Amino acid sequence: MSDNIYLPEPMRIVRRYDLTEDVRFFQVRPVDMERALKLSYLPGQFMMVSIAGVGEAPFSISSTPSRPGLIEFGIRKVGVLTEQLFKLKENEIIGVRGPFGNGFPVDKFKNKDIIIVVGGLGAVPLRSLLLYCLDNRDQFGKIYFLYGARRPAEMLFRREFLELKQRDDLYCYLTVDKDDTGRWTENIGVVTTLFKKLTNIDPENTYVTVCGPPVMYKFVIDEIIKLGIPKHQILMTLERRMHCGVGKCGHCVIGSIYTCIDGPVFSYWDVIHMKDLI
Amino acid sequence: MKVLKLKKHYLKDYLNVLRNWGEVYGPVKQEDKYIYGLLDDLDKLDTRMLRTILPAKKFLVPPRFSTFTFKDHSYEPELNNLPNRVVFGVHPCEIHGIVILDKFFLERFPDPYYGERRRRTAILGLSCVPDDKCFAKSTNTHFAEFGFDLAFNDLDDFYLVWVGSSLGDDLIRLKLELFDEEIKQSDLQKYMEWRAWRDTQYKLNLDLTAMPDIMELNYESPLWEKLGDKCLACGACSMVCPTCPCYNVQDQIRPNKTEGKRERLWDSCMYKQFALVAGGHNFREKRSQRVRLWYTHKLKAFITEFGKAACVGCGRCIDTCPVEINVKTVVSELKGGK
Repeated sequence: MSDNIYLPEPMRIVRRYDLTEDVRFFQVRPVDMERALKLSYLPGQFMMVSIAGVGEAPFSISSTPSRPGLIEFGIRKVGVLTEQLFKLKENEIIGVRGPFGNGFPVDKFKNKDIIIVVGGLGAVPLRSLLLYCLDNRDQFGKIYFLYGARRPAEMLFRREFLELKQRDDLYCYLTVDKDDTGRWTENIGVVTTLFKKLTNIDPENTYVTVCGPPVMYKFVIDEIIKLGIPKHQILMTLERRMHCGVGKCGHCVIGSIYTCIDGPVFSYWDVIHMKDLI
Repeated sequence: MKVLKLKKHYLKDYLNVLRNWGEVYGPVKQEDKYIYGLLDDLDKLDTRMLRTILPAKKFLVPPRFSTFTFKDHSYEPELNNLPNRVVFGVHPCEIHGIVILDKFFLERFPDPYYGERRRRTAILGLSCVPDDKCFAKSTNTHFAEFGFDLAFNDLDDFYLVWVGSSLGDDLIRLKLELFDEEIKQSDLQKYMEWRAWRDTQYKLNLDLTAMPDIMELNYESPLWEKLGDKCLACGACSMVCPTCPCYNVQDQIRPNKTEGKRERLWDSCMYKQFALVAGGHNFREKRSQRVRLWYTHKLKAFITEFGKAACVGCGRCIDTCPVEINVKTVVSELKGGK
């Protein structure tokens, strides 16, 4: 990669398919194979993806660094850039910069129990963490994965997560607000209804990670606090407008911090302390 | 630090010599205001200026510039062929502004575009006498000990010239014979008297002690709504502020659709779209939230980040804001005045 942090690196789309009606999975790889194998990152980090002539925006990484070579994104068609991204096919080239951001402190998670709470599109960054923990299973205590979507068709990576239910080294709980298929065999209700399944939690020894739509945080955090988990062990990853990824353009500023370099992962204590984060 | 003397009537001769090194810019009158203009004709130079409309940041972070060109999938950074520039007439407060930009752009994740322009821009400071909008003494930015290449201190018939960098020394050597290297006791005396006199000339004094705490305690204050109602969200405060660094990014594409460039443009957190994300959520929809952010960032956040407020007391916001939202009025209201 060039030492100019603003120059995108050409990456090739190797695979893409629809996760839901408006969210598409993109698997990309640096054109240079050696570089592809060396590219390292942390779960929770993001990259700046661009199409020259259209623009650039931040996207959470959905793959895990424990499986090097390919970078995965789950991208919702929501604006000018993503509309153009959806028009691209396999083997077309996009520009990518990064990784950026602090990511999840996976070293601190070692030997701890992990609860991953996801709403909707929050599955994109937290899938990275989940896969990372499963790939390094011996380093962590119990792992709980709680994911809520509006309808079965809106659950990202639905098949992948349903398969995870077969494993005996993970508690995987899935829910939908409403089943419009009549074939949903998992829980029905908002994601907080899954919290009753969390019994015998050892709060001091547990980290919780949360990502979802803004409305979800308050209710989920109330439940986590009821479990007695310390505020600094509750982590969430946030969204902001970004144009640089390195604390210069100013768009992601919140008070004294830049989401792109001081975040996007923040603790619940940060939220109370710094205001306006969520 | 090396200090020399330059007779005042040699100034234009000296600036003329500097053209051998690069383009020479300096204060030029434009209607009733001043700008940093290209001194293609040295008679345009007007050292009576107090503050230019735009600060010298425009040389280090131009209002609009290309970061790279692209063709198909290769990218070519636009860092070569930047001109050498001399900016004469930079006042101490503005030099402090540049020092703040240096920290911002060069410490964490160094920015090559800022770095290259900074390297190629010689900052030639000039002493000043404040008007009723200057409050650099309150921000402790009324003297600059570093951050310049040369600094000219006006002492009636001569300038005391402080050499602040290796480049500054090179620039002196371009025409050393114009300078007098002998500083007499009487010159020192004159300088001391001038300093003491200038200190007394600050008519606007703001007590900025404890501003971070005062900002924190005012976070939920109705004051922000009041200011938000008044603010026109024109962003002029950001454009004229020597320490506002925020920018937007835009791609420009040629009609062939495979070639173009990625540009950076000055942006302002006062603009409504500043924190708008795709999908339509705006993290700072209300003007009151945006005014609060601007002042939080200047008077509190920078202190957390760099140990120093990002206001240098230049008075440009006082001079510019059409509805009198500026550091003077906001600080006064934050402290319960008016």
